[in-house]
Amino acid sequence: MQPVTRIVGTAAPLDRSDVDTDQIIPASWLKRVERTGFGIGLFSAWRENDPDFVLNRPEFGGAKILIAGPNFGIGSSREHAVWALTDFGFEAVVSPRFGDIFRNNATKTGLVPVVVSEEFGEALLRAVEHDPTLEIMIDVAEGWISAPSVGLESEFTLDEFTRHRLLEGLDDIGLSLRHVDKISAYETGRPAWMPSVDPD
Amino acid sequence: MSKTLSEKLWERHLVHEAPGDQDLLYIDMHLVHEVTSPQAFDGLRLANRPVRRPDLTLATADHNVPTIHIDRPIADPVSATQLRALDTNCAAFGIELYPLAHPNQGIVHVIGPELGLTMPGMTVVCGDSHTSTHGAFGALAFGIGTSEVEHVMATQCLPQIRPRTMAITVDGDLQPGVTAKDVILAIIGMIGTGGGIGHIIEYRGSVIRALSMEGRMTICNMSIEAGAKAGMIAPDDTTFAYVEGRKYAPRGVLWERALDDWRTLPTDSAAEFARDVALDGSAIRPHVSWGTNPGQVVPIDGAVPSPESFDDAGAREVAARALTYMGLVPGTPMREIAVDTVFIGSCTNSRIEDLRLAADVVAGRTVKPNVRAMVVPGSMMVRAQAEVEGLDRIFKDAGFEWRAAGCSMCLGMNADKLRAGERCASTSNRNFEGRQGPGGRTHLVSPAVAAATAIAGTFATPSELG
Repeated sequence: MQPVTRIVGTAAPLDRSDVDTDQIIPASWLKRVERTGFGIGLFSAWRENDPDFVLNRPEFGGAKILIAGPNFGIGSSREHAVWALTDFGFEAVVSPRFGDIFRNNATKTGLVPVVVSEEFGEALLRAVEHDPTLEIMIDVAEGWISAPSVGLESEFTLDEFTRHRLLEGLDDIGLSLRHVDKISAYETGRPAWMPSVDPD
Repeated sequence: MSKTLSEKLWERHLVHEAPGDQDLLYIDMHLVHEVTSPQAFDGLRLANRPVRRPDLTLATADHNVPTIHIDRPIADPVSATQLRALDTNCAAFGIELYPLAHPNQGIVHVIGPELGLTMPGMTVVCGDSHTSTHGAFGALAFGIGTSEVEHVMATQCLPQIRPRTMAITVDGDLQPGVTAKDVILAIIGMIGTGGGIGHIIEYRGSVIRALSMEGRMTICNMSIEAGAKAGMIAPDDTTFAYVEGRKYAPRGVLWERALDDWRTLPTDSAAEFARDVALDGSAIRPHVSWGTNPGQVVPIDGAVPSPESFDDAGAREVAARALTYMGLVPGTPMREIAVDTVFIGSCTNSRIEDLRLAADVVAGRTVKPNVRAMVVPGSMMVRAQAEVEGLDRIFKDAGFEWRAAGCSMCLGMNADKLRAGERCASTSNRNFEGRQGPGGRTHLVSPAVAAATAIAGTFATPSELG
């Protein structure tokens, strides 16, 4: 994962709540065994069926930040949803509430989930709709999101572990393996009734 | 100090905790399937890491498998490649795999419990959001993404943020004809699709205690549809009776030791939850979803709501959009809505009890002409058991298709899909746009309502069939 400290760019406003991962990347794309190339599948049903869908509008081309309504990324655990967003060019998603699994998945790939209040999210959405060229800054180190030209700014929280990992671009498997002695010690104390799978 | 069930399990599985770190939890069982694992295996190869505990890992093929002609080569070359990748990866990393057509193959959340690999007090994860199903046993079980799948493979652990606790208490007695599916749809209708985000739900109360394990699995399965990290039910004699004697269940002295341990798991009487929600179980009616998220439900006696009936501007907009997609007019009684397809299956409702219930409704009756009705058992073991009981004959005689095991039309990854505009009464868990096929319209219902609807052609309960 590449370190991510600061994101500066324009945003695309997705004024919908309850955007589930089936919409972000429909199931037909999930047959692929690769981790790349999912950008063309991003919101493919909405992009195909609605010419006015935000990602079809040229004024929002090149946006690095997606601003959505509450409950973004609910539903299926498919990490392909995150891969589709990053492959398309998004570096952060702003929403008042994320599905837990989506949020975890996002931080593993360096897509920053920015949780804001409903009021701030709504204000930012309207500001971006009004001015697609509005520049937004996300400071991962300080936990701030702002659109200085319209006077909008807000803090957002990330747990310390996730922030550190994003800032340093760390492989979290490597971080867990630092505790391999503790893992081995734990394994010696597991109850004997716990199942293990036998070869057929 | 008094603790809840989920707090006890969390603390038992802590391998490492420190300020500034996430809690590192040990994972007792990792279930793997073909769709969310190939990129995780590739990650292991790139970093030259082995699977730490192949003996705590089990794979099966479920999401992307055909449910007919399973003895023939898979027609879709992309699906075939993905299933081949699972074969190759499991062989290379020493993981036991139940492939297509194996007698133990089936939906991961059906086979884990039926093999006795899901037991109280365990942590269970899988790269599938419906892993919450296993919480029905008093296990801490949650869905994970592919990076986390790789993490568990490499370390048998996962760093996690500790969720908050939430109690949902359903007291009273269910009315005849009301099932576990109706209870969970009523709960999601009440707390919404985001109501459980950041929480582990513990389902409690007389209604939950009276449910079978199949019913409890249906409830916990859809915890994710309320946004919850996990759903759990305290283990009791119903749980122990289900587990005892299964392939991987402990025996003899180990069984006794396990029972002693499991009896200490339920939430202490003085323990407090961060959030408490209560429902009157006696008032719950059979439910049908009308919209495009699982919180958009009404009792079957109700009608399609008008967007204006919602207080919140956001909800009004979501409802209007959903009605357009679903092709529904506000005010239409649910019982007057005709369906094209009936799907009985999915990790929510494809277990033997679900099939018995549905078969009981359709026995001696005929599926309405022009309705396509199919039953997809959750596992090959469920299918075999149903055939021993003659349920397959009952379904086929009534006009249902009788299929092999898999996720099938729940997510439309294989050939079992709705066509655009088709309306389906489905026992699955998600009515998202396009979930069962591009342009398809899904209504979530219980197996009893699905079976009755297949006969009536419009939404119906068994009691009103002639």
